[in-house]
Formats: sequence, C-alpha cells, structure tokens
Amino acid sequence: MIADILVLACLAVGTFFNALGIVGLLRFPDVYTRMHATTKMTTFGSVFTALAVIIYGGASYLGSTDPQYVILSVHTLIAAVALAFTNALGSHAIARGAHRSGIKPTPAVVDRLEEVQP
Amino acid sequence: MIAFFVTFLLVFCIYLLLTAGSGTIGFWSASELIAGAGLSIVVAGITRKFLCRSNNYRMANPLRLLLIPIYLLGPFLVEVTKANVDVAGRVITGRIRPGIIRVSSDLKTDLGIFILANSITLTPGTITVDIDEKTHDLFIHNINIAPGDEQKATVPARELFSIANIPAWIRRIAE
Repeated sequence: MIADILVLACLAVGTFFNALGIVGLLRFPDVYTRMHATTKMTTFGSVFTALAVIIYGGASYLGSTDPQYVILSVHTLIAAVALAFTNALGSHAIARGAHRSGIKPTPAVVDRLEEVQP
Repeated sequence: MIAFFVTFLLVFCIYLLLTAGSGTIGFWSASELIAGAGLSIVVAGITRKFLCRSNNYRMANPLRLLLIPIYLLGPFLVEVTKANVDVAGRVITGRIRPGIIRVSSDLKTDLGIFILANSITLTPGTITVDIDEKTHDLFIHNINIAPGDEQKATVPARELFSIANIPAWIRRIAE
C-alpha cells in the first residue's frame, strides 16, 4: 500500500521533470542553455522513474521472495548510475565540441573561454 | 600485481551485481560464481594497465569507497534537487542570464577534477564546457550568473554551490 503510493509519487515527479526538460529544450535560446534543460532535468527525472521501478521490485520481493524482483531492482539501479554518468560526460563532450567548432553562446554576459582559445 | 588484484575485484563485483538472483548461494548459483571468477581473471589480465594508470592505490581504501555513496545520497542529492527546482523555474519564467565563467578548483588529482566536473554538470545551473589542463581550472557555462561575477577573472568553486561544500567533500574522497 505504502509502496504503491511511493511508486506513483516517484513516477509523477519523474514524468514532471522529464516534461519540463522537453519544454526547456524548445524554449531556451541557444545550444548551451538548451543543454541545461536536457541534461539536468532528464537525468533527475529518469533517476526518479528508475527509483519507482526499484521500490516496486523491492516491495514485490518482500511480498513473494521471488528472486526475479531482485534482478529487476539491481539492474535498474545499475542503469540509473550508468545513465547519470554518461549523461554528464556526454553533455560535457557536446558543449566542448560546440565551443571548439565556433558556436558562441549568443545571449551571454561574459565568455571567458573565448579569451583563452585562439 | 596489486593492479591485477584491484581490477579483478572490481570486475568480479560488477559481474556479481549483474547476475544477482540466479541461484541459492547467497543470491548466486555455483556456475555463475565460477564463470564470473574465470572471466574476471581473463579481463583483469588484459586491462590491468588501464584502470590503475597512475600507480596510486589511494582509491582502493574501502573507507574512501564508502564515502562515495554517502556523498551521492547526502550533499550531492540536496544540491541536485535544488538545481532542478531552480532550472524548472527558469524554464517556466524564461528568466536567464547565461555566460561562460572561469572557475578555480584547487584540486590536484585527475580523479578529483573528474568528479568535480561531473558534479558541476549535474548540479547548480551549470555545465562544464572545457578544462585548462595545466592549472586545472574549469570553464563553466552558468545559466544565471550572479551580478558582479562577470567582472572577476576566476570564481572559486565553493561559491557555485549554496548549501553544501561540494569541493571539500570531493577533496575528502579523492585526495
């Protein structure tokens, strides 16, 4: 019962943040600010949806002691950790590549990186 | 030899995580344990030079490894939640003041810089764009620069985070 409510709450939070990430992707002006929306919000949202699966698996294991629910929970945990790592690394690679290939942050109050790079 | 053993342990733990729930010895079956040990010996023999490239075994200390989940679930989670609520507000209102600033970190090891750069990407409205390899300074795209920060040549990493002292935590883990 409590587990059901927790699962639903985690799913709601995850979907909310994922949806806002998409809205930010469409709303923000240039590539860097758009990446703020997609990296942070979708990582946070997806970790919460994964957390919902982990709670569901744990609660089902306590109810039935069927080992397949342990497999479900552990694999989702590994997927969430991998997602958080690769999302941060991938966004860093995209941002660096964008700046190296000459895309400047267009509404920007300051750009210290431009002063260093030739 | 230490490098081989550390790599073997890490690979074997990951294999055990991936095959948890397959049998009755703990959570594993005997065939999975034997196959995992054999595969881990082969993989550790091939890749031992990549994982321990710096020949420094500070991170093999279990206490330091234990600090990583504490860090992730404690101060890091608080900062991530705050940053996401902040960016969510900016998505709705559209009030942004973006720019790229230079951040000094005073971390010396590669691993420390790696954790700090990833933490910064996921936390306070910031993305790491580039790293100065010599001085270990980070170039960070901030979605909302505090008024006055655009005048400074470098901003200390501590000032990016408002609640927890993330750089001090990373120094405790990695240095």
